[in-house]
Amino acid sequence: MNIRQPFVLVPRQRQSRIALIAVPLVTISLTVIAAFFLFAGLGADPGIVLYTFFIEPLSSAYNLGEVLIKASPLILIAQGLAISFRAKVWNIGAEGQLIIGAICASLIPIYWSHSDSMLMLPGMILIGAAAGMVWAGIAALLRTRFNASEVIVTLMLTEIARQLLYFLVTGPLRDPMGYNFPQSVLFPSAALYPTFGGVGVRANLSIFITLAVTIICWVFVSKSFASFKLLVGGTTPAAARYAGFLPKQAVWISLLIGGAVAGLAGVGEIAGPIGKLQRIISPGYGFAAIIVAFLGGLNPIGIVFAGMLMAVVYVGGDNSLVTANIPASASVVFQGLLLVFYLATAVFARYEIRRAPPPLIPA
Amino acid sequence: MTSNPAVQVGEAPRNGAPLLSLSGITKRYPAVVANENIDLDVSAGEIHAVLGENGAGKSTLMKIIFGVAQPDAGTIYWQGHPVRIDSPAHARELGISMVFQHFSLFEAITVAENISLTVPGTLKELSRRIRETGQEFGLKVEPAALVCNLSVGQRQRVEIIRCLLQEPKLLILDEPTSVLPPPNVEQLFETLRRLVAKGMSILYISHKLEEIRSLCHSATILRQGRVSGHVIPAETSSHALASLMIGRDLPKTAHPPARQDGAVRLRVANLSSHDPDPHIVNIDDLSLEVRSGEILGIAGVSGNGQHMLSKMLSGEEVLAPSEKHRIELMGTAVAHENAGRRRNLGLSFVPEERLGRGAVPPFSLADNSLLTGHRMGMTGRGMVRNQPRDAFTDQCIADMNVVCAGSKSNAASLSGGNLQKFIVGREIMMAPKVLVIAQPTWGIDVGAAAMVRQKLVDLRDTGTAILLISEELEELFEISDRIVVMFKGRASPALDARATDAETIGRMMIGDIAAPLFSEAAQ
Repeated sequence: MNIRQPFVLVPRQRQSRIALIAVPLVTISLTVIAAFFLFAGLGADPGIVLYTFFIEPLSSAYNLGEVLIKASPLILIAQGLAISFRAKVWNIGAEGQLIIGAICASLIPIYWSHSDSMLMLPGMILIGAAAGMVWAGIAALLRTRFNASEVIVTLMLTEIARQLLYFLVTGPLRDPMGYNFPQSVLFPSAALYPTFGGVGVRANLSIFITLAVTIICWVFVSKSFASFKLLVGGTTPAAARYAGFLPKQAVWISLLIGGAVAGLAGVGEIAGPIGKLQRIISPGYGFAAIIVAFLGGLNPIGIVFAGMLMAVVYVGGDNSLVTANIPASASVVFQGLLLVFYLATAVFARYEIRRAPPPLIPA
Repeated sequence: MTSNPAVQVGEAPRNGAPLLSLSGITKRYPAVVANENIDLDVSAGEIHAVLGENGAGKSTLMKIIFGVAQPDAGTIYWQGHPVRIDSPAHARELGISMVFQHFSLFEAITVAENISLTVPGTLKELSRRIRETGQEFGLKVEPAALVCNLSVGQRQRVEIIRCLLQEPKLLILDEPTSVLPPPNVEQLFETLRRLVAKGMSILYISHKLEEIRSLCHSATILRQGRVSGHVIPAETSSHALASLMIGRDLPKTAHPPARQDGAVRLRVANLSSHDPDPHIVNIDDLSLEVRSGEILGIAGVSGNGQHMLSKMLSGEEVLAPSEKHRIELMGTAVAHENAGRRRNLGLSFVPEERLGRGAVPPFSLADNSLLTGHRMGMTGRGMVRNQPRDAFTDQCIADMNVVCAGSKSNAASLSGGNLQKFIVGREIMMAPKVLVIAQPTWGIDVGAAAMVRQKLVDLRDTGTAILLISEELEELFEISDRIVVMFKGRASPALDARATDAETIGRMMIGDIAAPLFSEAAQ
């Protein structure tokens, strides 16, 4: 009749400040421990693997440049997604918005492939951001008009974007002189972000876009009334309705911001290390950014650190392929471990375990 | 146990050790000492009152007796033996049952099915026992009825029967009359008297002096977590009880007659709602007017459409533009506008749910000021201006005596009563042209309730039109100028509050007054 449970999860009365730091630290520690045993089980020397994963990426200018190149889109997208997630609007399709942003922005350098106009790169940036917004806007429209889940719509739009990209690079946008390789013409240098950091280092000025967006997001999140409204709508919809904050507006703002930054990240890829349109322009930044956003506690500063960490894992994963003799999917496994441990740890930041019988009492 | 239906107040049998005895019970929470050194004896066959304001420590004490919380110090004696009650299940094994203020019944299933969730036995057998118990103690209820179709009074009977089927020795009732319309209160008392005549003991928690004086054999009075007296209520005046409970006499609100000539600020014309949810009581062709400088009270048993009415007035529910004239604020049709637009016109609103509707639980009080107070210069160029926001919050905390750790404390960390004071204060400080306020004094102590009522009267005198939705008749009579009764989603014509009486309103609340009154739409 009475089922006595030895332990129950009770929501914490106050959010502990320590949790803000402790959650990512515990998450990372658990991930490293799990990875240690995983790689040991695979027959690799875990010491070497962990060295290549975490130390080597920070050990040379080239590797640091690679980390920055990868951290930049992750942080950029995660900043936008965090705003959306705080409002409990689940944009899962940043990857698709990134691809569409890249496709549309690439039309300029493909059409004017011999131009050296100073307007080329700014034009690409604007068009890329706008295209990402439009792609995310489709989800906003369907959600606000027909109450279609933005989770499903953004995810499916990602697949559509990917197929559209495959079609374009194998057809209309293919380089006619490119021996039938599925890629566009090489962009002129006016269409590329200038690099810095020395010869051979691929880090480029797109990280300043990320930096600017981070600062804007920080001001937006901590000071603006619009962000306050989004947060109220996300945490307590009934209170938002009570105050007259419009839920549809929240959906639109959230998705448009996410789409814009994802589009910018797409431009950063094609106008950065890739320099053309091709079948693969992102190793899943749009999805990894979801992890980054949560790992960073949906906080603009936290996201910077989380993005750096994730980029180190990417670069380390690539390196360890060579040095530690482990499978290519190692970095994906690593990301998966990070997410799972984050979710598990975050539960304890929000709830505490009590040894108590479930009372039938209204608090 | 002998059956003696003629047991009189003050004649409770006393034999040997009391059934329940608390000695030196102390319970501390991080911020407050909820109970300090509480002694209390309940004898077999008596109704023992625990009297105190909200926040005096009654709920904590009951949680300790019912095994939900553990005391930090002190001993509980049950039938003379020291016990440690470590769970509600254990309490029930000992013979302690409790009826909570907020019922825990599933609406979509029948009475018998609800009871079968906690009481063993087949449905058929339970149904028979429900009928028998109901007959014996005057708790008539149909076992096969769906709970969602029951009135509040009937639901309470189900809760009591559920306890009785477990054959308790001690029944705890937490503010049982707070939800009942006046005519049902006497029925409840009759049942309780029959129960103690059978030898059961009852612990009766309340803050209502008169009912304790007419019902209970003995009383323990709590003030600020301590026992301020043990008395025989029938031999103690209300005056003396009040002094023990709040340290002074009951405050009285000054309530001079309203001006009659104010302009109509809120007009509702033939308003109906059409929510398909069967658990929601819809509004049916409701009309009313509130003028500048008056308080219009809405009386009614909870669940007669007040909830929907408040949502439609606030703008949380909107109508199609073609019906926009159903609600007018200051002559502007607004029935199709959202809450924000209506607030821009000068509407303020205090909902009955504080946490999660009137306030955002994890936000600071300062941010909760911003929620609706942003119109008071708290934003500029899209950014939040901290200084005016914090000043407004501090002012509100001071004006309303909100007990908290300052404007940075989380709304969720405040007691219900203090949060209520904060929300009422916030809405009043916006100097609204129209204020719609639901259950303004729920959960706040007697002194603070008087202060809130006085503030409402003062606000009225500045010309604000106030619509007061309340389940407490005393409150409605204390500050309303006119009263409308809601019953099954319909509204009676407005009655002059000074020319009618509680009995008339009470009968209208349970639909006991001739139907024509309800069909002649008000105004």
